[in-house]
Amino acid sequence: MYVAVKGGERAIDASLEMLARERRGDTSVPELSIEQIEQQMSLAVDRVMAEGSLRDRKLAALAIKQARGDLVEAIFLLRAYRTTLPRFGFSEPVDTAAMQVSRRISAAFKDVPGGQLLGPTFDYTHRLLDFGLMTAAPRPGVSSAPMPGAAAGPEQPPMPHVSDILGHDGLIEAEPSHGAEPGDITRDPPSFPVDRSTRLQALSRGDEGFLLALGYSTQRGYGNNHPFAGEIRFGEVAIAFVPPELGFEVEIGDVELTECQMINQFRGRGDEPPRFTRGYGLVFGHGERKAMAMALVDRALRARELGEEPGSPAQDEEFVLSHADNVDASGFVQHLKLPHYVDFQAELLAVRDLREKAKVRGAGE
Amino acid sequence: MTTATAPAGYNFAYLDEGTKRMIRRAILKAIAIPGYQVPFGSREMPLAYGWGTGGMQVTAAVIGASDRLKVIDQGADDTTNAVSIRRFFARTAGVATTERTAEATIIQTRHRIPERPLREGQVLVYQVPMPEPLRFIEPRESETRKMHALVEYGAMHVRLYEDIAAHGRITTAYGYPVLVNGRYVMSPSPIPKFDNPKMDMMPALQLFGAGREKRIYAVPPYTPVRSLDFDDHPFAIERSDQPCALCGSTDTYLDEVVVDDQGGRVFVCSDSDHCGERQEAGRAAPARA
Repeated sequence: MYVAVKGGERAIDASLEMLARERRGDTSVPELSIEQIEQQMSLAVDRVMAEGSLRDRKLAALAIKQARGDLVEAIFLLRAYRTTLPRFGFSEPVDTAAMQVSRRISAAFKDVPGGQLLGPTFDYTHRLLDFGLMTAAPRPGVSSAPMPGAAAGPEQPPMPHVSDILGHDGLIEAEPSHGAEPGDITRDPPSFPVDRSTRLQALSRGDEGFLLALGYSTQRGYGNNHPFAGEIRFGEVAIAFVPPELGFEVEIGDVELTECQMINQFRGRGDEPPRFTRGYGLVFGHGERKAMAMALVDRALRARELGEEPGSPAQDEEFVLSHADNVDASGFVQHLKLPHYVDFQAELLAVRDLREKAKVRGAGE
Repeated sequence: MTTATAPAGYNFAYLDEGTKRMIRRAILKAIAIPGYQVPFGSREMPLAYGWGTGGMQVTAAVIGASDRLKVIDQGADDTTNAVSIRRFFARTAGVATTERTAEATIIQTRHRIPERPLREGQVLVYQVPMPEPLRFIEPRESETRKMHALVEYGAMHVRLYEDIAAHGRITTAYGYPVLVNGRYVMSPSPIPKFDNPKMDMMPALQLFGAGREKRIYAVPPYTPVRSLDFDDHPFAIERSDQPCALCGSTDTYLDEVVVDDQGGRVFVCSDSDHCGERQEAGRAAPARA
């Protein structure tokens, strides 16, 4: 009798074996290579790197393969690996104005210095299934030559930030550098209210779906901040690091980033004249949806600082930042799968007792 | 009992020594201020948040090569998550493991305190999902921290009183709040309130780890732990009116097991080691009564 919870060890072994089989699928179909995932599922790789907070395309591709394409699971795998790595310090601020862009658009101006560059985007595809992709035949018009854009090199004209152009006229708030050491949410528990660097970190690795919904809610009246997409750019920036033993800047590599600067209305208050305010989004890899949503939420979270009456979910820092992480959320939601029969038993006894008391009371009336 | 060697590429007990030092500092502070929730830089663990990552980080920070580890979930050593966590430490720390409460130096637990009284030198590590006892009264961390600092526990007493007014008793059956050392209201983690009295003046060190919420707290040995109550409604524990179907125990916490779809039930000890020991003892010295 009573064998319900016995044999956990054997059950786990069998489950792991089944999982490995399911992951591989039909063995008559060739196995996916890490290179294939890295090259052909590149936006999935980007998302896993961004929310996994680790810039490593190969490991992100491996995580996607191991997680059978479940991106939140892949993000978790990458995070659990990342947490074992030593931290050497933090880089110099990246100069996104000097980005080697493969895409750069502004919705605020018809033309901007450096020009509008459409780059690779789904935006103007007609969302029709391309049945030609059903087979792996070579496609006419798709060159095997390396992609232009980031590789185009030093001929790129200067592309100053659109918001900085507004800044020259004092039309948008200045964004002074504090020079202070940025927070690190991977090392320090949050203490609310948090500073902006901490907030931006949390948003940058927050769940895309969560930020998308929150950003969307601000557009539908829950904390509206009248945004314009001042600029969205995607490309490569150099990362520079100052090793303490050297004391000068050394370039250690390039990363692909998507940056979104939202320009938002501000009517002014007291003796402050009306001007535009900023919402900022920055993510690893190519992730425009996420960068834009992040910029909306960042601006919404500045409500208190800008003297606006916060009252919507997207304006509530503790609410947003405490629930943005999908590794946290996924774990805690799914922990309900763990046995709770001790607690449930306690509840059973309590409910039975309450019903007994209610019956007695009912009989007494 | 199993022993294993740590896999290449990982430090003893998985976490790097810098992280362990950070966690040990938090633990020391927690012991110095019984019941106070110490924020710490919780790390991602290779187990999901909500599945014991806080307890695992505490265990990883205090475990040594000569320790003997026991892991239980719902009181049992063979529930899947307990198996998984025990394997994790057998694999990453190569430590000896045991199912015997008496033999363990560290016991990591979810939702129960073992029936056998713990002794000095043992460490009981609780896995904690929601460390803040005031969370369901006040969702904001910034507020609850103030309430603790100012000993502002009136809202908690009002909540308990409302239960009595509405139902004639306090309906909280698990995770029943306690007052530690006369100062901090603390969540005992979701143990049944049946286990609450065991925390009071316990000779073993009690450590609590909440990974996702990034908090560690502690009850040092021989510290008073009182379950919140009222003079006219004293704290009382729930008891099953049946004995354990396996060992006949009448003073242990029992799980109710549904055996058919006709309302058939049996009750068995939730503490599998304690129940097994009693059954062995029963076989060695057949029932006299």
